[in-house]
Amino acid sequence: MEPKPAHKEKITKKRAAPGGEVVIHIKGLKKSFGDKEVLKNINLDVHKGENVVVLGRSGSGKSVTIQCVVGKLVPDEGELTVFGEEVAAMNEEELKSLRTRIGFLFQGAALYDSMTLRENMEFPLTRVLKIKDQEEIDRRVEEMLDGVGLLEAIDKMPADLSGGMRKRAGLARTLIVKPEIILYDEPTTGLDPMTSREISKLILQMQKKYKTTSIIITHDMDCARITADRVVIMHEGEYIAEGTFDELRNSDDELICSFF
Amino acid sequence: MAEQAAPAWKRWLEEGGDQVFFLKGFFRNVFRGGFEWSEFVRQCYEIGYKSLTLVATTAFIMGLVLAMQLRPTLVDFGAESMLPRTLAVSIVREIGPVITAIICAGKIASGIGAELGSMKVTEQIDAMDISGANPMQYLVVTRVLATTWMVPLLALMGDLIGLAGGFLAINIQSKVSLLLYFHKCIGALGFADFLPAFIKTIFFGFAIGFIGCYKGYNSNRGTESVGLSANSAVVAASLWIFVIDAIVVQISNVLLLN
Repeated sequence: MEPKPAHKEKITKKRAAPGGEVVIHIKGLKKSFGDKEVLKNINLDVHKGENVVVLGRSGSGKSVTIQCVVGKLVPDEGELTVFGEEVAAMNEEELKSLRTRIGFLFQGAALYDSMTLRENMEFPLTRVLKIKDQEEIDRRVEEMLDGVGLLEAIDKMPADLSGGMRKRAGLARTLIVKPEIILYDEPTTGLDPMTSREISKLILQMQKKYKTTSIIITHDMDCARITADRVVIMHEGEYIAEGTFDELRNSDDELICSFF
Repeated sequence: MAEQAAPAWKRWLEEGGDQVFFLKGFFRNVFRGGFEWSEFVRQCYEIGYKSLTLVATTAFIMGLVLAMQLRPTLVDFGAESMLPRTLAVSIVREIGPVITAIICAGKIASGIGAELGSMKVTEQIDAMDISGANPMQYLVVTRVLATTWMVPLLALMGDLIGLAGGFLAINIQSKVSLLLYFHKCIGALGFADFLPAFIKTIFFGFAIGFIGCYKGYNSNRGTESVGLSANSAVVAASLWIFVIDAIVVQISNVLLLN
């Protein structure tokens, strides 16, 4: 057993304890792919209404963690509960029901490329929320697209949208079902600094408007600074530090500083 | 040698097992309710209507060439009048269904494999799944049922157009009226010729849709896998067409001809 790193203790003590109900509880989470141990021992509580940013190098297991949260991957060991329910113990119907309460924004936005933006937005409304009233669907789609500044592009195909527009459209499609939790997988990757900042501000704005709880996986320091209530740093499958953005940035630990 | 062959067999068995689970998932979703009618109709249009020209052209040429190839032999035996009957039996029983299915495997299975493979690579299938929608219902059930429905119709059309090609070939070198030609063709055909051929096209259609969906849905990450999915969908669907053909011919011979 290696001793716990000193920086972890110090920074955890400094951090103001977040309040509110715990909506995501992760304890001792482990996940391996073949011989490669991707998650070694993950412990994290995410509170209602909180924005937690997970920083880490590529391959450190950040995306695997949120894929376990949404039930896409099954952990090898550990406890993972969402809204108090153990995700690994859920059957198909329970998992489907959970997923209607969780939004997931993919790195590439994952817009359905054979559908227009309007049809992309309508898809979760008709298939997940089972809304039949076309007027209600139109109202929700237009309101959401207006919120992300894409109302004029409503009949465009995803291929006709720029990178930033695609991210905004992906965010709108995620938010249209009004999820309680949103998991962002590198929401600003591949965007120029100005568009990245716009997306980060939009994430924050939407979080305040819809009062969602978020886990944001990112490498983008600007995004972390704008959106984070709390930052967790992940290194080689373990969380090595957590605190506010400023606390971690001003840390005297060399490893933590290397992320900023 | 045996040591080298073992992993390939293991992979083959694993894929066989995966296909059984995928088939189970397909049937469970067919009977689950919430059928995607609008997507099914769109797929029928994409798969059926957009394959019409290709199938019609191929069938016409096959009928034409078959008649041209058969004629000299039949003339040597003094059996030229048997040409329409021979054409009808060979086209309706075997050439029409198999050629149509092979054309559809090339066009449709590869198209489905590439489309779903691309959706997998760009995380669109994961997005559907994680949002709580049902990608099996929307993407797989509709496509497999559309091919199962449209390939038999395309094969029927291919049979008719193939016979029309044969009529043209006969009329290049001799003179036969359209009425007489079709009268002789239909007179040569019985229930035992038509029914097994039609039934096997239903299985061909199912195999084309199922293999295309399976390969696309299970493609790996990376753009290279999209091409591999499309390619392996064509190869596997074509192989299944010949396997199904052999099985149905054996069964129909036992049940109907003996």
